[in-house]
Amino acid sequence: MKSRVCMGWLQRRPVYQDQVLKELHVEDRSSILGSMDNDEASTSGSNLEIHSGFRNTLHSSVYGFTQQNLPACKPVLTPGWVITMFLSVGFICIPIGVAALLASQSVVEIVDRYDTECIPEVFRDNKVAYIKDDSISKNCTRILKVPSYMKAPIYVYYQLDSFYQNHRRYVKSRSDRQLLYGLKYTDTASCKPEETGNGLPIVPCGLVAWSLFNDTYNFVHESVELKVNRKNIAWKSDREHKFGKDVYPFNFQNGSLIGGAKLDPQIPLSEQEDLMVWMRTAALPSFRKLYGVIEIDLDADEILTVFLSNNYNTYSFGGKKRLVLSTKSWLGGKNNFLAVACLAVGSSCIFMALLFVLLHVRNPRTFGDPTYLTLDRKSNFA
Amino acid sequence: MTSGQPLLFSQNASDSLSLDAPPPLKRGSFSCLCRTGSVSSSHVSSTFSDLDDAQSHFVDAKNESLSRRKLSWDVASIGERDLGRNLYESECTFPTTRFQSAESQFFQHVLSECHSQPAQSVSAFSGHHMEHDKSSDLLSRSALEISSGPSMYIPTDTASSSRREKLNHQRTRRKSWANEDILSSEENARFIHINDPRRTNDKYEFTGNEIRTSKYTVITFLPKNLFIQFHRVAYIYFLVIAALNQLPPLAVFGRTVSLFPLLFVLFVTAIKDGYEDWRRHRSDRKENNREAKVLQGARFYSKEWKKIRVGEILKIHADETIPCDMVLLRSSDPSGIAYVQTMNLDGESNLKTRYARQETASTDYESEHVTGLIRCEQPNRNIYEFTANMEFGGQRIPLGQSNIVLRGCQLKNTDWIIGVVVYAGQETKAMLNSAISPSKRSKLEGYMNRETLWLSVFLFVMCAVVAFGMGLWLERHMDRLDTLPFYRRKYFTKGQENGKRYNYYGLPLEIFFSFLSSVIVFQIMIPISLYISMELVRLGQSYFMIGDTRMYDCSSDSRFQCRSLNINEDLGQIRYVFCDKTGTLTENKMEFRKASIHGQNYGNSSYLADQQMQDTSEGRPGKGGIADTISRQRWKPKTVVKVDPELVALLHKELVGEERIAAHEFFLTLAACNTVIPIKTGKRLSTDLSFGEFYEEPVVIDYQGESPDEQALVCAASAYGYTLMERTSGHIVIDIHGEEQRLDVLGLHEFDSVRKRMSVVVRFPDDSVKVLVKGADSSIFNILAEVTDQREDQSTGIRCATQNHLNEYSLQGLRTLVLASRDLSEMELEEWFQSYQEASTSLTERSAKLRQTASLIECNLNLLGATGIEDRLQDGVPEAIESLRQAGIKVWVLTGDKQETAISIGLSCKLLTHHMQQIIINGSSEEECKNLLADAKANYGIKPQGCRSKNSKWKKNIDSDQTEVENPNDYVTPGSTFPKTGLHLRYSFDTEDLPEQYGAKVASTMNQQLALIIDGNSLVYILEKDLQPELFDLAVSCRVVLCCRVAPLQKAGVVDLIKSRTNDMTLAIGDGANDVSMIQMADVGVGICGQEGRQAVMASDFAMGQFRFLKRLLLVHGHWNYQRVGYLVLYNFYRNAVFVMMLFWYILCTAFSTTSALTDWSSVFYSVIYTSVPTIVVGILDKDLSHRTLLRYPKLYGAGHRQESYNMRLFWLTMIDTLWQSLVLFYVPLFAYRNSTIDIWSMGSLWTIAVVVLVNVHLAMDIQRWILITHIALWGSIVITYICLVVLDSIPDFPNYWTIYHLALFPTYWLNILLITVLALLPRFLLKVLQQMFWPSDIQIARENEILKRRHLGVKSDEATSSRQWGAQW
Repeated sequence: MKSRVCMGWLQRRPVYQDQVLKELHVEDRSSILGSMDNDEASTSGSNLEIHSGFRNTLHSSVYGFTQQNLPACKPVLTPGWVITMFLSVGFICIPIGVAALLASQSVVEIVDRYDTECIPEVFRDNKVAYIKDDSISKNCTRILKVPSYMKAPIYVYYQLDSFYQNHRRYVKSRSDRQLLYGLKYTDTASCKPEETGNGLPIVPCGLVAWSLFNDTYNFVHESVELKVNRKNIAWKSDREHKFGKDVYPFNFQNGSLIGGAKLDPQIPLSEQEDLMVWMRTAALPSFRKLYGVIEIDLDADEILTVFLSNNYNTYSFGGKKRLVLSTKSWLGGKNNFLAVACLAVGSSCIFMALLFVLLHVRNPRTFGDPTYLTLDRKSNFA
Repeated sequence: MTSGQPLLFSQNASDSLSLDAPPPLKRGSFSCLCRTGSVSSSHVSSTFSDLDDAQSHFVDAKNESLSRRKLSWDVASIGERDLGRNLYESECTFPTTRFQSAESQFFQHVLSECHSQPAQSVSAFSGHHMEHDKSSDLLSRSALEISSGPSMYIPTDTASSSRREKLNHQRTRRKSWANEDILSSEENARFIHINDPRRTNDKYEFTGNEIRTSKYTVITFLPKNLFIQFHRVAYIYFLVIAALNQLPPLAVFGRTVSLFPLLFVLFVTAIKDGYEDWRRHRSDRKENNREAKVLQGARFYSKEWKKIRVGEILKIHADETIPCDMVLLRSSDPSGIAYVQTMNLDGESNLKTRYARQETASTDYESEHVTGLIRCEQPNRNIYEFTANMEFGGQRIPLGQSNIVLRGCQLKNTDWIIGVVVYAGQETKAMLNSAISPSKRSKLEGYMNRETLWLSVFLFVMCAVVAFGMGLWLERHMDRLDTLPFYRRKYFTKGQENGKRYNYYGLPLEIFFSFLSSVIVFQIMIPISLYISMELVRLGQSYFMIGDTRMYDCSSDSRFQCRSLNINEDLGQIRYVFCDKTGTLTENKMEFRKASIHGQNYGNSSYLADQQMQDTSEGRPGKGGIADTISRQRWKPKTVVKVDPELVALLHKELVGEERIAAHEFFLTLAACNTVIPIKTGKRLSTDLSFGEFYEEPVVIDYQGESPDEQALVCAASAYGYTLMERTSGHIVIDIHGEEQRLDVLGLHEFDSVRKRMSVVVRFPDDSVKVLVKGADSSIFNILAEVTDQREDQSTGIRCATQNHLNEYSLQGLRTLVLASRDLSEMELEEWFQSYQEASTSLTERSAKLRQTASLIECNLNLLGATGIEDRLQDGVPEAIESLRQAGIKVWVLTGDKQETAISIGLSCKLLTHHMQQIIINGSSEEECKNLLADAKANYGIKPQGCRSKNSKWKKNIDSDQTEVENPNDYVTPGSTFPKTGLHLRYSFDTEDLPEQYGAKVASTMNQQLALIIDGNSLVYILEKDLQPELFDLAVSCRVVLCCRVAPLQKAGVVDLIKSRTNDMTLAIGDGANDVSMIQMADVGVGICGQEGRQAVMASDFAMGQFRFLKRLLLVHGHWNYQRVGYLVLYNFYRNAVFVMMLFWYILCTAFSTTSALTDWSSVFYSVIYTSVPTIVVGILDKDLSHRTLLRYPKLYGAGHRQESYNMRLFWLTMIDTLWQSLVLFYVPLFAYRNSTIDIWSMGSLWTIAVVVLVNVHLAMDIQRWILITHIALWGSIVITYICLVVLDSIPDFPNYWTIYHLALFPTYWLNILLITVLALLPRFLLKVLQQMFWPSDIQIARENEILKRRHLGVKSDEATSSRQWGAQW
């Protein structure tokens, strides 16, 4: 084995020696000319022999690779570079921040918390009992005032707080295959504890589907019912590929504990958009989910009457419920954070750029001056 | 004292050096070995007892020592003779002379031991052997080996013992030796019936000759490979995590997903192992299917190697490789000589002679059916020993090492040999010796493991927080748990499960499970992938080190070799370099330079060019005889030696007069007293076309010998007209001025490290018998003839002159040998011969007996003269040493040479300078050494380690504090001085890098440079006794340490002295077998592929062709490797921690349930696919400075000493940075998407991309050298991450279906990524900029200088000169 290795080396050697000689030659040359010796000496050497063609270039780049001498970009943080970088980051961030701020400010948002208000005074002490009692009507009316002009589309969201849709037990309790293939897919162990009811499989199974939100909202605007478009609120991909077109709800919400909304067994899952929206479990414990879209503009100071049925039980865990009407900008909803953060970063970068300019002017350091090398300042070796 | 002690000794010795692995050196055993090594050196008791001497200038000191030494010689030689006479006269009387030192006691013991043995202790010995089982047998065997083992003279030992063997059959056979019965009676002897493999293998099934170096077969591959792989702790960790994840309550990841990393790693490693094994299989198959001629019936037929069996008779032709270990029966040479090349075994390229026994050499194996029985020892790995005997033709013949040829050797210069197989296949010595050197672990890796412990603490804390939070949350929601929509403790169905608890095991268990599952989620906090990346990175680094053309040695065609892949980065932190002298600093190509004959010095004028000499000799025919003779002769030696015409003239005088006779004998001794084999390259007829005539080229004689010194001497003798023409076992032929003389060799005592001389007994044609001796001056001057009255003046004069010449030679750095001779009377001859025969056939303690026999004749010698051989320094050695020293590396030279030689070599390689204060320690007793040390310390104000100031680096090191070795001064910056001067006053080198840093010295000695010169003799006392700390204190305060006359194991002892007391990295570099122990002891062992075989290379971690490459290896590659690996480790810590902490923050938002927003696959891919390639590429390819800069400013190497690339402070800084980055990473999206419809997978997808972009941009910020590959790796891995996400999001089965497509449509997503990257890296960038601008490190400045210097035209001239220097160096 050893001998084989040696042979390989021998075969390669001539090229190597050739290269060494070439490089030595270049080194001599550069020293004679008094030019800077640099890492790229070998490559500049090969450039001298352009006529020798591609093969040679390949050779020399392979050689440069093995000798770790390939032409390279070696950035150095010179003051100029640093100041430029800070300035450019600043000049990128500040406009973005301003734009984002404008966008965020342009969004009009109506938020109405109704979970407490919608419970009759008598039940306020025992909300859970109220919500669990099927015999009591859960209807509730809310009056909303439009603060300023809202341009269509106006998005209607419901917002839940302290609802840990991201709890591990909750997130895992679903079967995406069942959603797609329906009863044909039987391995739904992940759906526990909502896997089967009455000995029959549940479609859609799992806690997520089981806890489907079931408050409903009806808007009346100037005594005319405001149409809320509840189509296309889910992702297109969900409607088309993720939820089966011939999968129908089966044995759903038939257990002794009803979690939330019931589904119409006649409508395939691919059209149950509320379910789709709900099944996209939220990332954070407080979240909004799209309920529908109002497709007419609302003027400032207009009054909206909301007839809602307050069915969903968030009282057992102290969750809040809100109704949100919001327009959308290019950046999404009303949220100043990104804008503020961008502005902060941008301005601090510019500040630092100025600081560095100042420091550099006051205390210039010659860059790359070997006399600054601590090792050269005082020779320890005689 | 007779029989007990030797065994005791040997056991001690074998303890310390078993063959399997280099053991930790124990003090007791070590001292024991030192004794053997230094017995003779103890005779030279030259000392400086007072300190004034040491302080005085060197030359004075030397003169002083000379006069003293002469006195002591006299004393010593008288003592010696007394001793010898005692022994001589009465065999059983033990000498009463007592020496003071332990060594001489030992020597005395050996003498008496050996002398009484024939009479008394032989039976005791054999009895002992019989009692002992195999293991004790092994012990004593290895002990025997050790006594000569690690010395570089082993080969001499073996080769000349063969000659000794050959003598055996010339003399009349003596009665069979008592010891021969050992083997026959020993149960575990091996019986081989010659030419009867069936019977041989009948009782015991000996292994066939098939070899298998492969580890696996197709069937055993999977289980065995898995078993071996799971020896690594990392894999066990993977396995445990994966196993935990399989438990239902803990299933954080999908089951298959969690197995992926483990399976991936196992799979990759298995493929690598499989490929390697397949290659081994292939080479095995090739090896096994080679063919050899085997005697079947009455003819030799070809047979595959693998079918050869023990007991068969083989015929091997010239240049064939020997398939198995076999006892030589016959060779094409009538006297039974065969030459083999043992390159594959011990790496020595010269030929070794092997002998067939005379009894078997005449048999015709094809025509007559031979029978015989060989009893031999069980297979063992000692290639220098073989003990067996053979019953052949009714005789019992002892067999030794010289009768056996080993597998792997090649037959050379011999047409054919016939031999019988004794060991085959795996049992051959070659196979038993193919062990890998033990692996070392790098220092940085040790630190890394310490930080890994910290990381596990973090891991534990995070898991505890999660578990605690979980407990708290559950407690608070206890009453609602049953019905919480997102928890649901109970089943509410109508089945039998109704009301049962679902996945709930009670609060304590839930907490516990929560803890475990968070361990699973946070598992990559412990960067297991780092171990794999590091291996790959080192592999890549090795590739570049091996491929470096500037470390390629054209003269020996040897590339740099990386034999160990674990300690690349250690090369960047070496503080001590221990180097051997001969062959390492010097070329080990000896050249005969000077001769002192009969008190006359020759060779001063020998620097004349050959041509010139030719001219003068032609011009004066009377004197030009020698040149004529040479040109007339039909032969010439291969190497040409310049001759001194004066000496030539002397040799052409009539053979009368003392001086002339001395000169004659001088050259006779040179030609005869050696083990060199002349090999004649046959006459060739060549055509010279330009002349159109045929002429005969002279025969070229190539001298093959084990020691380059001997070769040089023989060549020199030849140049002066004494040409060694032929050497057989019984005689030598010397061509003396064209007249061939045949001298009978009656006996030969080879060189050994105890006697330090060799002698040969020859009978001249005129029947006179002479003993010719050559050896070290110390060993010869002791045994010269006593000066008789009438010749006193002259004789003493000659001795004085010779002595002066010797000193002169040593001062010039020449290696000296002294030659002496004596006539033997018939009586002496008789007595010696008898004793010699007994000793040389002895199976046990042979070398001790021979040593004792030698002392019979090696006495009362007449001094002939001395030789000076030059061992030239290798190219670039002084420059390399200078650079290393500037780099803050301490170079210690450990040599076997004399003090004077060592000092002169030290001067010539710029190790020593003339204005250095030399402290010389050469005591001959413990007390003396102690005093010398104490005086030196007092004089130079060296304080013991304990008194050092608290922030001294050393203090901490010595306390072996586990905390970071860190000098606050390293980092504290007197920033106040900065704004005014504009100068950055960092920690200064002055205090940091000077050797004086180790000693808080008296101010006056601050400028003084100290050099410590210590000899092996003193080392014996010092290393053995509790003087070690004293020596240590002294040695570390000295700039240079030279140890002369050190034995191999002492070298290891010196290395250990430093290694065990400091945290500093040590590197040992050597080329010979005597350096093996040192190489294995040091943190990094470097072998030089030189003239002395491959043992050093085999034991080393790195091997190279020339010493000067060490400079490049350390300053360039070591620096790069250290920087790279240091950064790699820190970055990997950061990379994994930032990811884990991001997950951790999220878990705090999920009611402490261990949810991960990232998909399972992304979590697994993160460290395997998304971010692994750039780190590895950067770890291999990044470099901060070009090699030119590094070589120009050797002090940049100090970065490694100060642990600038990796230390505790950097670790904590990185961790704080990690904390910030993870917070940014988590909270920016959190706030940006607060109160939005963002779903968990979109958020996870954003985090995945953000973290991958972040860590890659972080890496990009730190990359110092961008080449295409770096770009591809870095940006490519971001692209690959996107591709993976797109693929994962395109599978409808996953809940995260289509997330990325949806997400990427919104500008918020991109804005988030941008903001995260900028905000997270801002502090780091700021810190980096501030540090680089205002407190730049040396590396930074050098880097700026290197890159930006084009703009500074002012320093152009400076550049030009430095680059010219550059060109000169290469």
